[in-house]
Amino acid sequence: MSEPTTVAPAPAPRAGWRQQIDMPVLMAFLCIVLLLLLGSLYSPNFLSPQYLLQQLKVGAFLGIIATGMMFVILIGQIDLSVPWTVAVGGMMASLCAAYGVAGEVFAIPFGILCGVALGLVNGLVVAYLRVPSMIITLAVNSVAQGLMIFMSGGFAPQDSASPAMRFLAAGTLIPYVPNAVLVWAATGLIAMFVLGRTTFGRAIYGIGNKEAAAYLSGVPTQRVIVGAFALCGGLAAFGGVLLAGYAGKASQGMGDTYLLPAIAAVVLGGTSILGGRGKYLGTIAGAILITLLQSILSVMQIAEFARQIIYGTLIVLMLLLYGRDKGMR
Amino acid sequence: MTAAAPLLRLEGISKRYGGVRALEGADLVIEAGRVHAILGENGAGKSTLIKVISGVVAPDEGTMLLDGREVRFADPAAANAAGIVCIFQELSLIPDLTVADNIIASNPPTRLGMIDRTAQRRLAEDALRRAGGGDIDPRVPVKDLPLSRRQIVEIAKALARKPRLLILDEATSALTATDVETVLAVIRRLRSEGVALMYISHRMHEIAALADDCTVFRNGRKIATYAAGSKTDEQVVELMIGREYHNVFPPKPGPRTESGVAVLEVRNLSWAPRLRDVSLTARAGEIVGLGGLDGQGQRELMLALFGVLRGTAGEILIDGEKVSINSPRQAKSDRIGMALIPEDRKTEGLMLPMSVRDNLSFAALSEVSRLGVIDSARERRKVDEMIALLSIKTAGTGVPAGSLSGGNQQKIVIAKWLMRQPRVILLNDPTRGIDVGTKQEIYQLLRKLADEGAAILFYSTDYDELIGCCDRVLVMYDGTVRRTLAGAEITEHALISSALNLTGEEAGRGSRTVP
Amino acid sequence: MSWRYWFSDNRGTLLAVAIFLAMFVLYIANHPAGFTANVVQTAANKGVLLALVAIAQTFVVLTAGIDLSVGMILVMTSCLASHILAGTPLMTGLGVAGVLGAGMLAGALNGLIVIFGRLQPIVATIATGAIFFGIALILRPTPGASPELNWDLADMMMGKVANTVPMSLVVLAALVLFVWIPFRRSVIGRATYAVGSSEIAAYMSGMPIRRAKFTAYVMSGLFAAMGGLYLTFFTYSGEASLSNGNTYTLYSIAAVVLGGVSLFGGRGSAIGAIFGALAFRSIGDLLFVFDLDPLLQPLFQGVVLMIAVSIGSARLFQVRNRLEFFS
Repeated sequence: MSEPTTVAPAPAPRAGWRQQIDMPVLMAFLCIVLLLLLGSLYSPNFLSPQYLLQQLKVGAFLGIIATGMMFVILIGQIDLSVPWTVAVGGMMASLCAAYGVAGEVFAIPFGILCGVALGLVNGLVVAYLRVPSMIITLAVNSVAQGLMIFMSGGFAPQDSASPAMRFLAAGTLIPYVPNAVLVWAATGLIAMFVLGRTTFGRAIYGIGNKEAAAYLSGVPTQRVIVGAFALCGGLAAFGGVLLAGYAGKASQGMGDTYLLPAIAAVVLGGTSILGGRGKYLGTIAGAILITLLQSILSVMQIAEFARQIIYGTLIVLMLLLYGRDKGMR
Repeated sequence: MTAAAPLLRLEGISKRYGGVRALEGADLVIEAGRVHAILGENGAGKSTLIKVISGVVAPDEGTMLLDGREVRFADPAAANAAGIVCIFQELSLIPDLTVADNIIASNPPTRLGMIDRTAQRRLAEDALRRAGGGDIDPRVPVKDLPLSRRQIVEIAKALARKPRLLILDEATSALTATDVETVLAVIRRLRSEGVALMYISHRMHEIAALADDCTVFRNGRKIATYAAGSKTDEQVVELMIGREYHNVFPPKPGPRTESGVAVLEVRNLSWAPRLRDVSLTARAGEIVGLGGLDGQGQRELMLALFGVLRGTAGEILIDGEKVSINSPRQAKSDRIGMALIPEDRKTEGLMLPMSVRDNLSFAALSEVSRLGVIDSARERRKVDEMIALLSIKTAGTGVPAGSLSGGNQQKIVIAKWLMRQPRVILLNDPTRGIDVGTKQEIYQLLRKLADEGAAILFYSTDYDELIGCCDRVLVMYDGTVRRTLAGAEITEHALISSALNLTGEEAGRGSRTVP
Repeated sequence: MSWRYWFSDNRGTLLAVAIFLAMFVLYIANHPAGFTANVVQTAANKGVLLALVAIAQTFVVLTAGIDLSVGMILVMTSCLASHILAGTPLMTGLGVAGVLGAGMLAGALNGLIVIFGRLQPIVATIATGAIFFGIALILRPTPGASPELNWDLADMMMGKVANTVPMSLVVLAALVLFVWIPFRRSVIGRATYAVGSSEIAAYMSGMPIRRAKFTAYVMSGLFAAMGGLYLTFFTYSGEASLSNGNTYTLYSIAAVVLGGVSLFGGRGSAIGAIFGALAFRSIGDLLFVFDLDPLLQPLFQGVVLMIAVSIGSARLFQVRNRLEFFS
């Protein structure tokens, strides 16, 4: 079928177009400000630096996990194995730490590597077998859970986190600034660099936009897909390592409450669920937004059920605004 | 023939897609019992016109009058209910459903709330017979049928709806020559039964054989309506193009002495079932054209050379050395140095929401980066170079590629590959849907690239281009090269007859199908 | 001649049946009690829950969508049932109707968001799943049951007919005969397959695609609610368990994939999904019978799902034009 051609010269570029990409980021930051103001009506503590720093610290864990998720969503896929990848990260790192000094040194890299391994499985199956990511990541999540259950004998994990893990997650290098925030900042800066300034990042946006065109341009699309999933697994595991460090030890199901918020943070930050569009700043905003929301809801003593309902409704609303398919007509 | 209200009248129909005007103030009158042909170049608005009439899209402005009364169709089902049926090019068949399910897709016979399969099958068989497909088993899932049979099913589906107005949009392009004759006979019979018919095609001889009235569209506007046969082909083409029927092509170098090793040589390339034993050579400085009817394997040949197809047999040699190409990545590597300008720039050539700059550098990222990090300054320089080289009209390099006109978009696709200085350039119908000015620029560019040493393989559905641009033309039929024309041998007559001769037996029957 | 078409059409379903039968025979052969009515009854009761949620998922997957809230609808309706499935037979009957209605409403919400909101089903249903879970928490902040819960109904539904055939199997068979098969042969049912096979073509052919999608989601909610009813029959209570809900959702997808229903839509049958569910469940039974560590069950099930999915897409190895991967 033919396509329409322009008669007139190219239409004036809609300068507003570029703004459209940043609009969700702006909206997200506005929402943060709004929430803070609303919260301050409830209690003046909401605007205190201690509270804000506390929120940033709690949000750091979600932020790191969401960073990984963003890479996968940008290429138009999704990773539902995050819950147990987080747990694997925390548990395996703690396990390694129990093996004496050598174990403590390698605990954190080991935990992350386990996550990378899971991510590699996801990536290879998606890229080479062309299995829908949603399905294989669900399966890998189940396998990871099975492995952990088997290894821990059905009991709660006993091993404690290593001192290094605890330092990273709960310590304070710079007075008043929690280390977790520094770690998130470092991770975020690297992510922004990768997405914006490397060929890998450019390829990610290309694949998310139109994989066929990226493929025909000679970009190694399969390797990039594997890389994105490996990154996501590694970052999720890293989040688990930090969470274990924060709590002192890992726990079963520690990652379950991070899947939905991670997706929400990425999507609320303006990244299209279909891929190809999104800025990392948005994910930062999204993570902070979700953390604030959770915190305000719990301070207001809103019951768990309402929180779930609010979560779900919020995501639907945001998606209705930004994440719709085109209609037929 | 009384002057009753025409069956369908369109007044002032307009439709825009984004900033692009697909149809502008279109007027049209369709009478019952007559075949009305619609002509126009790609992008003239024919498809949009059909979509509006058949309820697929809604017009932004204008009115449609059916039997003198204003109508507005909310969807294709509504148009069908009013007796307007459109035969698409295979787009409306549901692959996993059976032939019978597809033919009686809406309002099937039911019993106790469930579909009465026996009654449905009988209706389907009846429709298939009337469409000339009596040998098709209605229980087969559509996806198991070859393309030509599927098109017959599409026609049967339309007939089963007992249309008052039947629209055929390039309905014969997928058919074998025998099937085309059957369809033409069906159309004539429908006309004698008082059905109104709209026939969109670029096959001039079919139109000459069939049409009563003709209307020419150009750039979304109706240009002229006239009785069939009252204008010569030249006049019609001029109406379609809107200027003197003369493309300006850069001069071709004379015949050269065949010396040295060919840059690209293909030996017995096969890919069942679409390519059989294709052999060709292309030397530096040559523009080799691919001709023949649509769908004879030209597209598959390009994809096979570029490493997209799996399971190919045969040999490909670059500079006399055998190479194995299994992906576009290998194809574009320095050792092989190929480039492919794909068929559909919107879905295969560009990432429309991404910026002009990002698109331009996408195939050459290794040239503007070191150790994986992009050097923005170098990227900007190369991008600016390319924009200047190809005179790409864009308001800056940061705007999305989708905001440029079709011609400039295609230039970006070409420029993207030129950044790698390829030695073998494959072009898959590169000037489809592009304005005339840009086409000229592309012809000049191709000749320049050839003069600088590239070997170019150029598939086009436009005879004008093949004659004007190519040093040699390989006419393909049924997946293999049937005839090679060189230099002065390349004439429209030779091209057409080569493409036709191949339907061997039919030539004797005076088949009038012409690409 | 038409047998050939029937075979190739139902290849996936037949494979699922074969796999299940093989596993079941293995199970029975090694079970200390052998092929008795009680053994079959226990297996059936455990399996029917999963089978119901598998049927629910089938409806949506056929339209090339997915319902990740199916487990939460099950949990939510189970909590509701633990309240209202009580009292006199009439009240209990109304309670059943109420539970089923709630499931259909939940499905309708999913359908509306996907159709009119034009949201991707995967994200939309993750979100609505959260909403349904929240409602479940409202209904049952802690696990419990109404003191007037109708034990008789529960016992009957988990019992046997004529002391041999498990009631749950009878119910399942009845659902297939009187709901699934008429649905599949109806106009809406065919439109459901068409939407999954090619939505554009279905639109151009004038099929009722919106109605088909909406019906699919509502039916999914309905069958998930039936699963919720059975959960309450099974446990005599209602519990808002997040992990249960997620597990049922995951298992429904596993069942559907094992049952030969294509995740890309347009192909497959609920019958295959039922057998896929039963086969998936049998993994646990087999582990028990062969005295393997029950802790291995989740691992085994995950691995089976992985393999099944990868094999399912081995069909893609037959794709010879790589551009077809990207459509």
